[in-house]
Amino acid sequence: MITEEVVDLSRLQFAVTALYHFLFVPLTLGLTFLLAIMETVYVMTGKEIYKDMVKFWGKLFGINFALGVTTGITMEFEFGTNWAYYSHYVGDIFGAPLAIEGLMAFFLESTFIGLFFFGWDRLSKRQHLAVTYLTAIGSNLSALWILIANGWMQNPVGAEFSYVTMRMEMTSFYELLFNPAAQAKFVHTVSAGYVTGSLFVLGISSWYLLKGRDVEFAKRSFRIAAAFGLASALSAIVLGDESGYAVTEHQQTKLAAMEGMWKTEAAPAPFTLFAIPDEETRSNRAEIQIPYALGLIATRSVTRQVPGLDELEARAAERIRRGAVAVEALERLRRDGGDGPARALFDANKADLGYGLLLKKYTADVSRATPEMIRQAARDSRPKVAPMFWTFRLMVLLGFSFLLLFGLAFWHSAKNTFQEKRWLLKWALWFIPLPWLASELGWFVAEYGRQPWTIYGVLPTQLSTSTLSAGSLYFSLGGFVLFYTGLLVTELYLMFKYARRGPGSLGTGRYFGEQGAGGPLSAAAVAAPIKSVEGN
Amino acid sequence: MIIDYEILKLVWWVLVGVLLLGFAIMDGHDMGVGTLLPFVGKTDTERRVVINTVGPHWDGNQVWFITGGGAIFAAWPLVYATAFSGFYIAMLAVLWALFFRPVGFDYRSKIANPLWRASWDWGLFVGGAVPALIFGVAFGNLLQGVPFYFEPDLRSVYTGSFLGLLNPFALLAGVVSLSMLTFHGANYLMIRTEGDIYARSRRASLIFGALMLAAFAGAGLWVAAGIDGYVITSAVDPAALPNPLAKTVAAAPGAWLANYAKYPAAMAVPALGFVGGLLGLAFAWSNRPTAAFWSSAVAELGVIGTAGVSMFPFIMPSSSDPRSSLTVWDAVSSRRTLEIMFYAALIFTPLIIGYTAWCYRVMSGKVTTRFVEANDRSAY
Repeated sequence: MITEEVVDLSRLQFAVTALYHFLFVPLTLGLTFLLAIMETVYVMTGKEIYKDMVKFWGKLFGINFALGVTTGITMEFEFGTNWAYYSHYVGDIFGAPLAIEGLMAFFLESTFIGLFFFGWDRLSKRQHLAVTYLTAIGSNLSALWILIANGWMQNPVGAEFSYVTMRMEMTSFYELLFNPAAQAKFVHTVSAGYVTGSLFVLGISSWYLLKGRDVEFAKRSFRIAAAFGLASALSAIVLGDESGYAVTEHQQTKLAAMEGMWKTEAAPAPFTLFAIPDEETRSNRAEIQIPYALGLIATRSVTRQVPGLDELEARAAERIRRGAVAVEALERLRRDGGDGPARALFDANKADLGYGLLLKKYTADVSRATPEMIRQAARDSRPKVAPMFWTFRLMVLLGFSFLLLFGLAFWHSAKNTFQEKRWLLKWALWFIPLPWLASELGWFVAEYGRQPWTIYGVLPTQLSTSTLSAGSLYFSLGGFVLFYTGLLVTELYLMFKYARRGPGSLGTGRYFGEQGAGGPLSAAAVAAPIKSVEGN
Repeated sequence: MIIDYEILKLVWWVLVGVLLLGFAIMDGHDMGVGTLLPFVGKTDTERRVVINTVGPHWDGNQVWFITGGGAIFAAWPLVYATAFSGFYIAMLAVLWALFFRPVGFDYRSKIANPLWRASWDWGLFVGGAVPALIFGVAFGNLLQGVPFYFEPDLRSVYTGSFLGLLNPFALLAGVVSLSMLTFHGANYLMIRTEGDIYARSRRASLIFGALMLAAFAGAGLWVAAGIDGYVITSAVDPAALPNPLAKTVAAAPGAWLANYAKYPAAMAVPALGFVGGLLGLAFAWSNRPTAAFWSSAVAELGVIGTAGVSMFPFIMPSSSDPRSSLTVWDAVSSRRTLEIMFYAALIFTPLIIGYTAWCYRVMSGKVTTRFVEANDRSAY
């Protein structure tokens, strides 16, 4: 028997390992493209300083990438180790994009990254540039396939349940690939990664400028990061809106929870800017609303309604009742595949099978579920409001703050005045951690918002775990926390060390802190030795 | 839908084997290198030479392992679910050991402190040796049958313990796989190094090649003499919709040899294990490392193939509830998924082999102590 404790621990472990893995992914996604841009400039202009930029930012990229790889292995295996019933139930669909991710994307990225680091002297300039692009394309394709898999968890299209194999089976690979939920999530997620990479480069470059060291190097890096960051921040917001629209279509409970909508409002519904949601009274306190805004954003119409939680729970209760019939018919069919009446009953109600399974939390025999159990299960059919409401708002606020920062950085880099704007440089420096916060919040909105399902409307989280003891889970969770803390400390130590040393760590003799270069250098002093190298 | 379901099921048995072999040849050699690192490299510079022979490649190689996991998820979801959750602690041990590799490779030489470097060297040893050992232990347990059963809704329940996995036969199988990958890694090191490191690698190749042959022969005799295999005792319809509870299975002495009696040509598979091992030893002895490397690859084909062929059509027999056993006929995905994944593998595997080969060619040649000293900042 799987206890509540095992389910909670499994969820906690998955959240810890996924959130931790996602500390490294956004920077990889963003930095690979920034490296490709810098190297393109190097190949086009032949200026050695751009090569140094690729190598130095590449070094920091490598420190981050090592942990991305380490923690990614966990994700690939955790479905099997901890979510065995999920793996059986949906592996026919969910496994395919994961396997293709390996074949098409991860091999590409991981094979060429070796040449990126070690192939400088063995490849021509153009060959090396191609290698850098292939790495960037590989890492982004990787994100595409992972989000196709995740998009299917949010909006399970192109599949149906088979009572013989007792699992979901793929009916259309095309629908899986072109799932609108997946496409919207992909572009939003990679844009967020580009923002992370850009702010990383922008912030560290700003620090060099504030210290007045490696000025030429930092200025060039700052400009590239500002331009790429502005485009990325814009697209993260626009495409985030697209992702939100997909939610309106496919996950009404998620939308209602993150907007704190208890009751269905007349279209177009108002947008709640601020509120203190209260689960007990099922209402918001201290609301500040903008009339019509939510209806317009969410439905892109003035007439379509956004259903509130009261209405959604009532609908869920209906589906749970029909689903209970499907579950019972399925159990009869599993005992006797030739049971005709059971088959008819199952076929008539199978669209609600997942809702019937929600009752398994309360009773093994769902045919004997009481009205109170059904009411409970209906109340479970959505995430809690307050965490959704606040994480979503904080993420959006951060998104707009990045847009503002990159807008100003771009403006001043176009006017070539950013060097004197110390407030801007400080802002960029202190903002470095925030894209990570935004990404983690985004993960929370997407995945906590999907509860109580692992596969929305199909498979409850409650039933998805492996048959493990709580003791095994405490052991593994403890181990992960221990390992991951140690690894993070190590990573941050190296990251700070190398960011502080700056491009001088390349040992070219041209940068701050190196023998011959001496203390803080003026732009002219740095530019001179670079020129002499270009002459070689 | 062009290909028969039955054919697709067989194709995926072969493809999973191909991925396992790809893993053993590619990730296997750098795991072997990791295992040998503290022993063939005496000084810091020597160890850096050893690490840099696989520096540009370990990451790509590791994807064979990850894709293998993904392919089992997609093609054999019940195996992925049942084995990974059943072998929970063993899987964690593999995972946590593997943690040391990416960071070990990338972080080790970024700081000059000797204790820091020595710690990562042993981390790389653990990251190479522990997974290599556990994979063999897992196969050893598959051959004996694993205690698990399915509930009517196909939820798998593992009834064994972690310590139960560490039985004598399974440990012997672990020695087979550890020595096999170390042998292979030693042959690789002979290709890429010179001088003292080369001499020590050659010695390692001879020791571990011999150990692999002895352990493989021992495990073979043990299977023949003392381990019950499994047979399906009900009618089999290979084209049927997969349902592992629809058959009956019995344990039977000598059943793992039945396939060789039925198809004598299958004897070629274990023979390859011995021939590859012996040739590998001979080539290492006569200082022909490239030939030795490909010979140990052939040995890997033979050894992994032997486990597959002996158990066919079983993948994961159940010792406590034999009818729950997973076979190539009933542990698989739907026909559509198998077919799509087959095409994906058909397109991408040759591409992967092609660009991997190109990368190795670009980076080919001996890694020397002079190279490491000259590239102190950029080399691993």
